[in-house]
Amino acid sequence: MNDLSNAQKAVGADIAVRSAPYFPRRKKAITGRSIAIIAFLSVCALFFCVPLYVVVVTSFKTMDQIREGAMFALPNVWTLEAWDHAWNSACSGTRCEGLKVGFWNSVFILVPSLILSIGLSIVTGYALALWNVKWAGPFLFVLFICAFVPFQIIMFPLISMTATLKVYGSIWGVAIIHAVLAMPVLTLIFRNYYKDIPQEIMSAAVMDSGSFWKIFVEIILPMSGNILIVVLILQITSIWNDYLIGVTFGGMGAQPMTVNLANLITISTGTVRYNDNMAAALLTAIPPLVIYFLVGKLFVQGITAGAIKG
Amino acid sequence: MPRVSFEHITKNYGAMKVLDDLNLAIDDGDFLVLLGPSGCGKTTLLNLLAGLLDITDGRIMIGERDVTDLDPKDRGLAMVFQSYALYPTKTVHGNLKFGLSASKLPREEIEKRIAWAARLLQIEPLLHRKPGQLSGGQRQRVAIGRALVKNVAVFLFDEPLSNLDAKLRTEMRLEIKKLHDQLKSTIVYVTHDQIEAMTMATKIAVMNGGVIQQFGTPDEIYERPANLFVAGFIGSPAMNLRQARLSVAAGKVEAVFASGVRLDVSDYPFAASPQDGAAVIAGLRPEHFVLAASGPVAASFTVPVQYAERTGPDASAYFMFEDDLLALRVEPDSAARLTPGQSVTVSFSKGKANLFDARTGQRM
Repeated sequence: MNDLSNAQKAVGADIAVRSAPYFPRRKKAITGRSIAIIAFLSVCALFFCVPLYVVVVTSFKTMDQIREGAMFALPNVWTLEAWDHAWNSACSGTRCEGLKVGFWNSVFILVPSLILSIGLSIVTGYALALWNVKWAGPFLFVLFICAFVPFQIIMFPLISMTATLKVYGSIWGVAIIHAVLAMPVLTLIFRNYYKDIPQEIMSAAVMDSGSFWKIFVEIILPMSGNILIVVLILQITSIWNDYLIGVTFGGMGAQPMTVNLANLITISTGTVRYNDNMAAALLTAIPPLVIYFLVGKLFVQGITAGAIKG
Repeated sequence: MPRVSFEHITKNYGAMKVLDDLNLAIDDGDFLVLLGPSGCGKTTLLNLLAGLLDITDGRIMIGERDVTDLDPKDRGLAMVFQSYALYPTKTVHGNLKFGLSASKLPREEIEKRIAWAARLLQIEPLLHRKPGQLSGGQRQRVAIGRALVKNVAVFLFDEPLSNLDAKLRTEMRLEIKKLHDQLKSTIVYVTHDQIEAMTMATKIAVMNGGVIQQFGTPDEIYERPANLFVAGFIGSPAMNLRQARLSVAAGKVEAVFASGVRLDVSDYPFAASPQDGAAVIAGLRPEHFVLAASGPVAASFTVPVQYAERTGPDASAYFMFEDDLLALRVEPDSAARLTPGQSVTVSFSKGKANLFDARTGQRM
């Protein structure tokens, strides 16, 4: 017996932790409601899964088997022939160099436009949120309006502008248009994110260093990991999946993968090579998928990360 | 020569005037506490000094330099914030180092200063941790350390202890006081906590409504409040403030309360000679009452007990006097003997009363 338990006895107190009250949980019966929900969700899942299944199996079949017409059958012989053909030698228009041309075009469009759009908007957002910028309010309003202007409205002026700048029909033309069009939304995203940084941290930094760039690089940028992931995924997906800008500004030489794919599928002579088309479609879809798998978890964290704790 | 001086400071937020023609100067080595209720302009004044707000009109001098239009980093100041404002992605070492980033010091000097501050504040084992891994008290030390490494003449504190629990607050209060004694630096400290002000300050400026109500040493502020606001703001329980009329007769000056109780104030150092019949407000500190008087007293009267409360080493008793509660500090033993409703004779000590002009609210 130790002193504490003696003391407890002495005062007659029951300080011992009582066992937690036990409420047995009722076993859930399967109700009509849950059956309906499961059925609905299954139909939804099938809606996506069945076409995907067909696309995947078809891409591994030979043309001979496809002609037999059994759409859902597994390949008799698994072959990568169609994938190889789609990547290396499928014809788009008069050129028969496959999808790889479009793939590399897309990569060369993606990288500079990512750097340009994120680089510019992160600094603009930082300045608007954390520094006293004259006319910041009206400027934000204009950005907000710009974010809602449909691309089709400014397409023709943009074509003539890029033509004047001599970038029309080049990789740079497409990249710059992507960057410019993304600027308003990205700036608003960064500005709103930085608005949540406590004012006192900024005051401390202003008293410690006072340098716009030093504070940005040393204090603000390291705090931006979450939002950078979010913006990166948004941008990579939208640039990679874009068709309209690519087809409008790419001309003949700078067509991104999506335009390449469309040409490859729609412009063909003779029999429709379904296995090639399916393989090409899958090839185009792979890069955004890879990005999702790599940083998807961070993406969710980034979206849900609200306040920045000190 | 004053170390920091505010000259004719005016600050407007839009159409609202927060500070109007404010003047204040403190000497080298002073520990100035700006004390006042929320919204009295004390933090605004500190931010003006730090350069975080633009001044509308007036001039701020630090030493010989006019810093009114200088950037915050060029003013030679260091500041400790209420929320600590540590950089969350930097280690403690990185936080201290960034404090010196504007100073362009050689690397060895930077490391030397960080080591010195870390030793002084006993945060050496924490240098490689991030702020998120520190407790509130440790963060507070790091925030102070980030100010210390700058080795400046003037330190600013913006309610640095208000986020700490009561015990830690008492400890940190003592430590800041010790640091001040050790470094002999000038400190401007903003708080709404009168205990912090009374214990740490060498000078207190009590502010209300953007105006400095009184500027003086803690003793002056407490013993001789300049007006009714200061009298009511400083002290807990607050000073008892009661209306009375002066009666001047045969060299004897008395304050007569409505109930007829007469308070002898013949020894009161009146600024102007007292007028018979003048309306005054008498300020009576709770601790200047005694229950069982021995010797001459200024006033003695019998009042009913309302209730008594004990706050550890001290106790307060509340009596009903002229339809309002009268607070008294009493010995805990005697407080235990008081029962509500019981009538007790209380006396007020001689020479302790404060008198204010009922019209202007100023000390007489």
